[in-house]
Amino acid sequence: MNVLDIDCATTAEILCGFVHDEITKVAFQSAVLGLSGGIDSALSLCIAARAMGPQNVLAVMMPYATSSPESEGHARLLADRLGVRQSVVDITPQIDAYFQRFPDASRLRRANKMARERMSILYDHSVAHSALVVGTSNKTEALLGYTTLWGDMASAVNPLGDLYKTQVRQLAAYMGVPQVIIDKPPTADLWAGQTDEGELGLTYAEVDQVLYRMIDLRWSPAELVAAGFDEAFVTRVFEMVKGSQYKRRLPLVAKVSARSIDRDFRYSRDWGH
Amino acid sequence: MRPTQPFRVRLAQTSPRLGDLPANMADHLEIISRAAGADIDLLVFPELSLTGYYLRDLTCDVALTTEAPELAQVARAAQDLSVVIGIVEESARFSFHTSSLYLQRGNLIHTHRKVYLPTYGMFDEGRYLSPGHCVRAFDTEFGRIGMLVCEDLWHPILPYILAHDGIHYLIVTSNSPSRGAGPEGIGIAQTYDEMLRTYARLFGIYVVFCNRVGYEDGVNFWGGSRVVAPSGDVVACGPLLERAEVDAEIDPLEVRRARAAAPMLEDDDIHLALMELGRIRDERA
Repeated sequence: MNVLDIDCATTAEILCGFVHDEITKVAFQSAVLGLSGGIDSALSLCIAARAMGPQNVLAVMMPYATSSPESEGHARLLADRLGVRQSVVDITPQIDAYFQRFPDASRLRRANKMARERMSILYDHSVAHSALVVGTSNKTEALLGYTTLWGDMASAVNPLGDLYKTQVRQLAAYMGVPQVIIDKPPTADLWAGQTDEGELGLTYAEVDQVLYRMIDLRWSPAELVAAGFDEAFVTRVFEMVKGSQYKRRLPLVAKVSARSIDRDFRYSRDWGH
Repeated sequence: MRPTQPFRVRLAQTSPRLGDLPANMADHLEIISRAAGADIDLLVFPELSLTGYYLRDLTCDVALTTEAPELAQVARAAQDLSVVIGIVEESARFSFHTSSLYLQRGNLIHTHRKVYLPTYGMFDEGRYLSPGHCVRAFDTEFGRIGMLVCEDLWHPILPYILAHDGIHYLIVTSNSPSRGAGPEGIGIAQTYDEMLRTYARLFGIYVVFCNRVGYEDGVNFWGGSRVVAPSGDVVACGPLLERAEVDAEIDPLEVRRARAAAPMLEDDDIHLALMELGRIRDERA
C-alpha cells in the first residue's frame, strides 16, 4: 500500500461539495477555469462539472503559438465529453506584442508572462460570466514553488491545493479523466519538449514520498535520511519548500496601526456565509 | 432517578452559516418544530450550532448570555421536548465560552462550558475563548446525563468523572473537521468511531454524538452523528458530509443489562485514582 493512497469516492465527494458550497454560498452559480489539456486542469474540470452541472462551467483554452496542438486536442476531448461550455482565447497576439518591446526576455520571463496573462483572462471571464475562478494547482507544485506567483496559483477556490500529484493521478482515474491525459508526461507546455519532471530534475512519484513525510507527517530531514531517503535529494526538496514560502503567502504589510488586516483583524473569508 | 422508559432522540446534523445568528435561529426553529411534530423527546444540535465554528474576531459579536432573547425564543419553541444547542456564551465577567445548553421543556437546566479548547495545528480556539472549569452530571426526565464538547472527549478523565457521577447517557456535541485522508476514507472519523464505542462499552453508557457538516473557508466537517449503545454497537448513524436528522430510540434497560453483565464501573476504585493522581500532582510540584 502506498502512503499516498486516498479513498477516491470520499475525496471526490468532499472536493465537489467544496466547490459547490464555496461558490453558491457567495451567490454565484457558475465556475470558470483554464483548461490546458494536462491532468490537473482536467481533474479540476471534472470536479467543477460534477459540482455545478456542466452547463454552469466554462472551460477556457488559452494556447500560445508554441503550445502543442495535442494539448488543445486533449482539452477539447474532455470538455466535449463532459458537455461543459468552451471558449478559446489565443494569447499569441498579446504575448508577442509585449515581448516585441523586450526581444531578449528570458524563457522564464516569457513563461511567467503567459501564466499571468491566462490568469488575467480568467478573471475577466469571471466578471463577464458571473463565474468564480476554480484553481488547478496541486500541493506538490505549490510546495516546490514550481508555479508562477499571481499566475497559475491565482483562483477563487482551489479543489486540488491539498492533493499531491500522485493523488491527483489517482483521483483523475477515478473521475474519468481520459487515460491519454493521465499517462502523458506533465508539462507546463511553454516550449517544445518541456516536461515538469525534466525541468525539476526529479519525478513526482519520488518527491511526493518525501513531501508527504516532511509536511503531513512532520518528519525532519535527518529522520528522512535515517529512513533511507537520499540526503542530497532530501536537502534539495527541503530548500525548495523553504525558498518558495513567499509564494504561498500574501504580501507582507508593514504594521503601523493598532489593528492590522490579518494580523489582529481576523475574520474568516466565509464571514456571514 | 432510576430510569425505565425508552425515549426518542434526534441528532440534527446541521450546517450553520458562519456568524449569521438570524439564519441559524430560523434553521433551529424549523428543526425544533419538525421534531416536536415527530414525537421526538430529545433533540441534539452540534457544537456552536447557532454560530458556526471559525468565528475568530466574530466570537464576541455572536456571543449570547443565557438570558438572551434568542434563547428565550428557542425555549418557547421547545415546550414539548428537550433540546441541546451550542452557543458562544458570554458570562457576567465578559468571558466567552463554547457552551452546550440543555433545555428541558423550555427550561435551561444545565450548561457545559467546553473545558479543553484545542489551540494547535488547524485549531485556534484558546486565542478567542476561555475554558470551562468543571464537568458535572445532571438529572433529567430521561435519567442522568453528562455533556462534553468535541475536544473534551480526547481527555478520558472527563468521561471517567461523568461515569462516576452517575450518568446513563453521555451527549457529545462536535465540530470535527475532516482530515487525514487515506485509503479507508476520513481518518478522523474512524478515530471518533473507536473512541465513542470504547467509552460506551467501558462505562456501560449510551453515547450520543452530534457532529456538524458543511464548509468554512475550505475546511469541511464530516458529520457521521451517531448513537452508540452500552454494548458498543452503533444503533443509528448519520451520513458523512450531508445535512441529516438521525433518529434513534434509547432504552435505559440496555444500560442496566450492560452493568449487570460487566460491572467494571462499579468495581472501579476511585480512591486509587485519587491517591495516585494526588501523588503525581505532588511529585510534579
